[in-house]
Amino acid sequence: MTGENLPEQGSQPAAAGQERLAEPVARTGMFGTHTTGDTSGYGGLRVRRAAVPASPRPYGSYFDDLADQLAGGLKQPGAGFDDAIEKVVVDRGELTLHVRAEHLVTVAKVLRDEPSLAFQLCLGTSGVHYPWETGRELHAVYPLLSITHNRRVRLEVSVPDADPRIPSLTGVYPTCDWHERETWDFFGIIFDGHPALTRIEMPDDWKGHPQRKDYPLGGIPVEYRGAHVPPPDERRSYS
Amino acid sequence: MTETEGRVYNVAGQDWDEVVAAADQAGDRPGEERLVVNMGPQHPSTHGVLRLILTLDGETVTELRPVIGYLHTGIEKNMEFRTWTQGVTFCTRMDYLSPIFNETAFCLATERLLGIEAEVPPRANVLRVLMMELNRISSHMTAIGTFGMELGATTVFLYGMREREKVLDLFELISGLRMNHAYIRPGGVSQDLPPGALERLREFLGVMPGLLGELRALLDANLIFAGRTKNVAYLDLAGCLALGVTGPVLRATGLPWDLRKSQPCCGYETYEFAVPVTDTCDAYGRYRLRMDEMDESLKIIEQCVDRLAAKRPAHDPVMINDPKIGWPAQLAVGSDGLGNSPAHIAKIMGQSMEALIHHFKLVTEGFRVPPGQVYASVESPRGELGCHAVSDGGTQPYRVHFRDPSFTNLQAAAAMSEGGLIADVIAAIASIDPVMGGVDR
Amino acid sequence: MGLEEKLPSGILLTTVEKLAGYARKSSVWPATFGLACCAIELMSTGGPRHDLARFGMERASNTPRQADLMIVAGRVSQKMAPVLRQIYDQMGDPKWVISMGVCASSGGMFNNYAIVQGVDHIVPVDIYLPGCPPRPEMLIDAIVKLHDKIQNTKLGANRQAEITELEQASLRRLPLASGIGRPEPGSPE
Repeated sequence: MTGENLPEQGSQPAAAGQERLAEPVARTGMFGTHTTGDTSGYGGLRVRRAAVPASPRPYGSYFDDLADQLAGGLKQPGAGFDDAIEKVVVDRGELTLHVRAEHLVTVAKVLRDEPSLAFQLCLGTSGVHYPWETGRELHAVYPLLSITHNRRVRLEVSVPDADPRIPSLTGVYPTCDWHERETWDFFGIIFDGHPALTRIEMPDDWKGHPQRKDYPLGGIPVEYRGAHVPPPDERRSYS
Repeated sequence: MTETEGRVYNVAGQDWDEVVAAADQAGDRPGEERLVVNMGPQHPSTHGVLRLILTLDGETVTELRPVIGYLHTGIEKNMEFRTWTQGVTFCTRMDYLSPIFNETAFCLATERLLGIEAEVPPRANVLRVLMMELNRISSHMTAIGTFGMELGATTVFLYGMREREKVLDLFELISGLRMNHAYIRPGGVSQDLPPGALERLREFLGVMPGLLGELRALLDANLIFAGRTKNVAYLDLAGCLALGVTGPVLRATGLPWDLRKSQPCCGYETYEFAVPVTDTCDAYGRYRLRMDEMDESLKIIEQCVDRLAAKRPAHDPVMINDPKIGWPAQLAVGSDGLGNSPAHIAKIMGQSMEALIHHFKLVTEGFRVPPGQVYASVESPRGELGCHAVSDGGTQPYRVHFRDPSFTNLQAAAAMSEGGLIADVIAAIASIDPVMGGVDR
Repeated sequence: MGLEEKLPSGILLTTVEKLAGYARKSSVWPATFGLACCAIELMSTGGPRHDLARFGMERASNTPRQADLMIVAGRVSQKMAPVLRQIYDQMGDPKWVISMGVCASSGGMFNNYAIVQGVDHIVPVDIYLPGCPPRPEMLIDAIVKLHDKIQNTKLGANRQAEITELEQASLRRLPLASGIGRPEPGSPE
């Protein structure tokens, strides 16, 4: 009888499965044939990108307290917890708060100034480029550390390639100065309000943002006794 | 991108005349003579390829702008095209004075992504702690040696190098290489202690306190050294936290924050050691702190040696048991050097097809890491070294970013030196102890 | 370069060559261009155990004007390349270059956008020293080989003759194997 062996509506594995199916395909089976002739089925393999589903409450460990304390601090109308935080992900014992770009500074201020949160140290900015996530290609990740409470949290902001602007955190955490310059240098994320957003690692007149996925690794083929080994990003890959 | 105020000067070399001419015309202090001095990337005392552009008023530094990027190697991007195990050989060359810490941060991140943190064998953890503390000693020795050399005291450099050679001998014995070891791998370490290592370690533990005492006798009460470093490069706690500074510079302000105690990894919580702290916030305090840290490291190494010398259980591997993750070859020194042990070759060629397949897949393709992102950090000799690793489920990292302590600590150079004399700039940079490989990656 | 270049070829020139070679190799002053990990091994070579002072080389002249030998120790990034060339140009003749480590010799393990794939793209190299990083003993071996080379450098008219002979030899040389990089037949390499 149809319908009996299906999971309940709204169950966590079913929801995760749906999200997974909505993700783009990362790689396929390699044999080449996709319909007839491939009796192994390997040609029909479709491995999809990993979805990052939001974690349901309770988050576990100190994360619930942290989220409640943050919600308590974000009291402005229009900038409450649900406006500022898109998604809360708890994975491998670490808490990631996906923050909307326009509320980043507010959230950071609350995290720094609230005595129950007290995240004094910002451990820099890390950029990541996900070219397939249209509308959210560039991510900036800020790990924060609270010395008083010995806790960690991670803020993640996503902006589109078309308008890669994130408000700068140098007003809240001056240490982000060089980190944001580096993220601009390597990814092209523009940090509004940064005092001097210039290239820091690459030469000042370099074109392009090297750590984006559409920028080649830039190696040269290596010749050794007549054989030519192509650079690492142009080699054949079987996985 | 026109959000910055004022003119942006692209200093790319061979353009010093332009910079000086523009500085003469700068609007904020017209008519005043500004002396702009370049301490270029090739300089004996800038601790590596660091360029400092100083604006001077006589001998006083009014502005200090560090220019970095002269050692940018693209390591993070290169690691995206190599397997997770091969990534160790790349990241180890970032902060080249503390290669073991780079490797440990990366391996901790990989293990957390794999979910095997609890399955790393205990002997591997003891070996990791041993190598990390040995590396702390060698790194601090180089720091203090170059500190003295940059202040003009070359004897200190020779003392430091002499001590460091002893640690490098131990590294060579245990891992095979003096620097850039690739010893710590995801799942454990690459090989166990060779025979005779424990005796050599005990010898080292016997000799080192005397040698450290010699260095202290030379510098601690030295009037010239004190004159050059006391009340120089002052950065208090608020400044450190605002600028994100960690490590000896933070502990010299009086705050005993050490990741080995507060968020320990690799079993650090089971060792007895203290976290040295001074509260003078100056270069002298940081020097005393590094000497004390070396004493504590010797204590930890002694505890490691005791554990390694203790009676071993029957099965005491140094690499995780999982055949799909643990590096397959049990390395051994053969007739042509270090390589796959003959016993392992016999097993995969003669006895176990599965072992052969695992060996082949692990070496050519590498293991797959489930998707996700983590941030793992260790307390390196310079501060908090963090690794932000993102995996997309493949055999190669999707993105690895290292939060290098030198990169962040070097931002504090301006705060420490502006208002002081040029000679104090040297002392300030040396007391931060930046390693440009880590700054530029 | 000087008076020794103008001497006519003969017994006087060969004696001067030997003397000049001996003098030059006995006190080579390195302009240490320490960049990365190899720089630390370079510093260790100057340390007490592997002593560079026995070659007269412990006085690392930080100003290139007084330096004879540039040991490029470490990876040369694109940003550093013009600085490297400027330092090389500031050195006075005679000068030699050792590219220490695989990163300086060929780009090493970093085959990417940021690293110059061998400093011989920028400066002429006399001795290539592989290693990652090379042990101090290996660096001393390279220095001793360089000393040999310096000792046997010909001057003046003999040097011209040597250059002509080397050029003829390279014109006659057969390629190692087929592939790119093979010089066009008839052109000097």
